[in-house]
Amino acid sequence: MTKHTLSVLVENKPGVLARVAGLFSRRAFNIHSLAVGQTEHPEISRITVVVDVDELPLEQVTKQLNKLVHVLKIVELEQGRSVQRDLLLVKVRADARQRTDVLQIVDLFRAHVVDVSTDSVVIEAVGTPDKLEALLAALAPHDVREIVQSGTVAIGRGARSITERALDRVATA
Amino acid sequence: MAQIQAKPGVPAARIARQAPSAPSLARPTPQSNPDPSLNGVEMTGAQAIIRALECAGATDVFGLPGGAILPTYDPLMDSQKLRHILVRHEQGAGHAAQGYAHATGKVGVCIATSGPGATNLVTPIADANMDSIPMVAITGQVGAAMIGTDAFQEADIVGITAPITKHNVLVTDPAEIPRAIAEAFYIASHGRPGPVLVDIAKSAQQAKTTFQWPGRIELPGFNAGVRPHQKTVQEAARLLATARRPVLYVGGGVIRSGASAGLRKLTDLSGAAVVTTLMARGALPDSHPQHLGMPGMHGTVPAVAALQKADLIVALGARFDDRVTGNLDSFAPHATIVHADIDPAEIGKNRAVDVPIVGDLKEVFEALVPALAEEQARHGQPDLEAWWAQLDDWRTTYALGYTPTHDGLSSPQHVIQRLGELNDPESTIYTSGVGQHQMWASQFIKYERPNTWINSGGLGTMGFSVPAAMGAQVGAPDQTVWAIDGDGCFQMTNQELVTCAINEIPIKVALINNSSLGMVRQWQTLFYEGRYSNTDLHTGHGTRRVPDFVKLADAMGCVGLRCESDADVDATIKRANEIDDQPVVVDFTVSRDAMVWPMVAAGTSNDEIQYAQGIAPRWDRED
Repeated sequence: MTKHTLSVLVENKPGVLARVAGLFSRRAFNIHSLAVGQTEHPEISRITVVVDVDELPLEQVTKQLNKLVHVLKIVELEQGRSVQRDLLLVKVRADARQRTDVLQIVDLFRAHVVDVSTDSVVIEAVGTPDKLEALLAALAPHDVREIVQSGTVAIGRGARSITERALDRVATA
Repeated sequence: MAQIQAKPGVPAARIARQAPSAPSLARPTPQSNPDPSLNGVEMTGAQAIIRALECAGATDVFGLPGGAILPTYDPLMDSQKLRHILVRHEQGAGHAAQGYAHATGKVGVCIATSGPGATNLVTPIADANMDSIPMVAITGQVGAAMIGTDAFQEADIVGITAPITKHNVLVTDPAEIPRAIAEAFYIASHGRPGPVLVDIAKSAQQAKTTFQWPGRIELPGFNAGVRPHQKTVQEAARLLATARRPVLYVGGGVIRSGASAGLRKLTDLSGAAVVTTLMARGALPDSHPQHLGMPGMHGTVPAVAALQKADLIVALGARFDDRVTGNLDSFAPHATIVHADIDPAEIGKNRAVDVPIVGDLKEVFEALVPALAEEQARHGQPDLEAWWAQLDDWRTTYALGYTPTHDGLSSPQHVIQRLGELNDPESTIYTSGVGQHQMWASQFIKYERPNTWINSGGLGTMGFSVPAAMGAQVGAPDQTVWAIDGDGCFQMTNQELVTCAINEIPIKVALINNSSLGMVRQWQTLFYEGRYSNTDLHTGHGTRRVPDFVKLADAMGCVGLRCESDADVDATIKRANEIDDQPVVVDFTVSRDAMVWPMVAAGTSNDEIQYAQGIAPRWDRED
């Protein structure tokens, strides 16, 4: 099985996220991550789903998704032709003695410290899942207290917009 | 997509057809009947529900009131256009709506209250979803302010039915009621048909609103269907013109599309063998010489063998269900597959497809028939002589039949066969439950018209028969409706006979009473060393007869008849047919040892089909 990133444009209606997520589990597909938010058009939300699935079942789940009335469009974003990012927040115990070491790692990964207290820091990092994994590995020797990660969000490279045509459909419907 | 532009007050579906930008497949909702004078009229949400149902063209609805739908039942009482049939259980309302839809092609409507009323609709909704039946379910919901508080009779029916509806929606704003109902009818009847549930909060039913029937349907994400692609149609035609062992594998989609005439043309022109699945019985007359009968687990040997040995299968509105294919890996190993279906998700779902055609079957036939004529002109008439010699050999050697019983009781197959022979296929609709009687009814009755065989194929819902017959009879009052039922199925939903008796819906029930859960018992005989765990129902000959079906029928205001020997079968059927002012229940006491043959055991290859117990066909002649 391989990871696939799908951008699902949906009408911004109640229950849409549950329908989309439910369809994956119902047809026995494993969702690796899921993120949802508004687009440049308030009537359209964009769900980014990363699934572990083979090519053929992926086609089937895409077709099933297309049958949901509030789903407007589904696009698979390939790794090389898109920018894919996760957000990571991690809380590390760091008193005066350890702080330098931790901050060095933060600099190395071009992450940021977004909260500091006397004995802890909260680090914010944005990147590909690989990069974030590497950051977490580097932090592992320290006392990691808490990790929270967003699902992947992704956008295609170049000038083309996947929302444009979906917007047309909403406008002319 | 319903990309349509029109003036308000014009029926959405009609515009969809006229607008040049609209896909050609947006067929008009058959009964759409809006009343422009209603627009702008002040009324309650409850009144809006009734007016919207009328505008959508509903004429018969099945339901049962309760707290959360009570406001709607008040204006329903005064409706001149809606006939409401008060059922005895909401499941009956759902199956009746299905039977109604199946018999008429119109959208079936059922109404229930919140909580248990709504959850009782779950089985028929799932059934309609599996068998692609256009149905709209209206449910009451607790008041908007109470939603999420575990209020009395609250159930998240939108959440519960999300996986088993084509679409569903919760309405809390009364102004949205007409649009929600208009969209529900549109979605249910366009593209691949299916059930749509509209859950309406009691507060929305009680609040005042201004009625506004939508002038257009705005569903940008809804795919009502596409026109079949000419290139793939031509390729399919070429294959059909040049195949040596072609089979048309016909599914329920042909019936839903109303495409039987097109199928007939394709059949005649192609010369191919035709098999009709459980959902497609009647799509091509059984009397047609190219018709080999039903394929699948209990299909005829020639139908199953034809698929296995075919070099070309043209699947038409069928979905390669496991009950048809048997073990998928060994299904039709030599065949090139053409698959035509209105639902793109069906194509390639179970079996890889060589030539996909997405479209409404009616349009597929319209394109495919002339394309085939063209290809035949190019390639010459196909030489199918050897194929038909082989098929005819199978037909003669492995004709459908049954062995006589040894316990002196009637053969269920004989009863069902005579039922088919003593009723006119032009004016009789059959419904069935699920199990042995269903298979025999599919095998031994000769269907000559579409929509005359109504059963629960995909979900396999026991108890479907009686309420579905009730719905079919309401939709087709001039037809004779025979519900062929088992003693197990009948005990699940027979309460609707009360509804039939009170409302003068004169269905006839042929109770194939073998005193057991027959199909399960058959599997216990074959696969569990005859250990009959919990399949004895004590309703048949020589038992305590609890219940006594004749007495039960009588108590429910029906005529109850009993038939216990082959000699009485014809006379009893004739007597039942003479009664047309009351429902009739005939308790046909039959042998419990009869089994359904042929059979492909679950999970095995179709090549392992047994013609009768222990008798496998010989294939070697053609190999």
